[in-house]
Amino acid sequence: MRRVLAPVPIAVICAILALVGLLAYGLAANEPDRKVEESLARGDLQPAPPLELPRLSGVGTESLEDYRGKVVLLNFWASWCKPCREESPLLDRWHQRMRRGGGMVIGVDTLDLVEDARDFIREYELSYPMLRDGEGASRERFGIIGFPETFVIDRRGRIAAVRRGPVDDAFMRSQVARLLRKRS
Amino acid sequence: MKRAAVLVGVLATLLGAPATVAAQCPRTSLGDIEDEVMCPVCGTPLGLATDAPQADRERAYIERLIADCRSKDEIKAALAAQFGDAVLALPGDAGDDDLGDVLVYVIPAVGIALAAAGIAFAVVRWRGTRGPQDRGGDGLAEAERRLDADMERYEL
Repeated sequence: MRRVLAPVPIAVICAILALVGLLAYGLAANEPDRKVEESLARGDLQPAPPLELPRLSGVGTESLEDYRGKVVLLNFWASWCKPCREESPLLDRWHQRMRRGGGMVIGVDTLDLVEDARDFIREYELSYPMLRDGEGASRERFGIIGFPETFVIDRRGRIAAVRRGPVDDAFMRSQVARLLRKRS
Repeated sequence: MKRAAVLVGVLATLLGAPATVAAQCPRTSLGDIEDEVMCPVCGTPLGLATDAPQADRERAYIERLIADCRSKDEIKAALAAQFGDAVLALPGDAGDDDLGDVLVYVIPAVGIALAAAGIAFAVVRWRGTRGPQDRGGDGLAEAERRLDADMERYEL
């Protein structure tokens, strides 16, 4: 009994417990933030987090607040992301459609090199506004864990839908077209 | 003859020029830099990010800047301009040199020293609390001394 309660075994047990605790904390801290999905599942649309970023062109900044009253498709992408290449032409087509219905696509180039991002835009001839978040500060606010991720924001500035991964035509028709038909 | 000498002089100058430029170029290497900067997407130092596409782009960017004759500090500043100060892996690289940058080095050293002292103290105390029968060689010698003393006392 005395051997079990001796300081060295106690120190070893404490060290093991500390390691297990550290591991548990690491797992919990890396758990993806799914507050948006949980709110959407409850039918409770939450306001989009504030977002003000410089334009990718390098001239001036833009805020999500500036687009209140429009349906906004906020797309987080990067030039090194392969699925982003696949969805970009579709996003540009939908940007043209959305403009006619009072909406638009906004791209947020995240954790990317400016030159690479501009080459990407030229290559795919993207016409929608592009913002730049080189440091990736907006990732935490929107709970972004990968690229691309897309948030559909209604005319009142609330997140109405989210897609973790590339968007497709079915998503756009079901989530974006219905909001464009609503006038408020 | 004079014309030939001038020609040789001009040729020597032209051939020597790139070597002079190379000598003036502050040479650094990708390996030297990639341990001091982060791959922002991976959350690890760039040197450890092997398969990430973003890391490959970052390496290509660094190599372009090296070829462009930029110094290590200039390259790190260029990366910070692209990705923010979080791309700099070493404390103090952001230039603010605050107390936190010193503590990053001091706290682990103090922690290791305290842990070593604690373990040493625990081991010494543990050995001190063990009975003579637990003490291997010392216990045996003690028992032999006591046996000899008893045998002398009883004149055996």
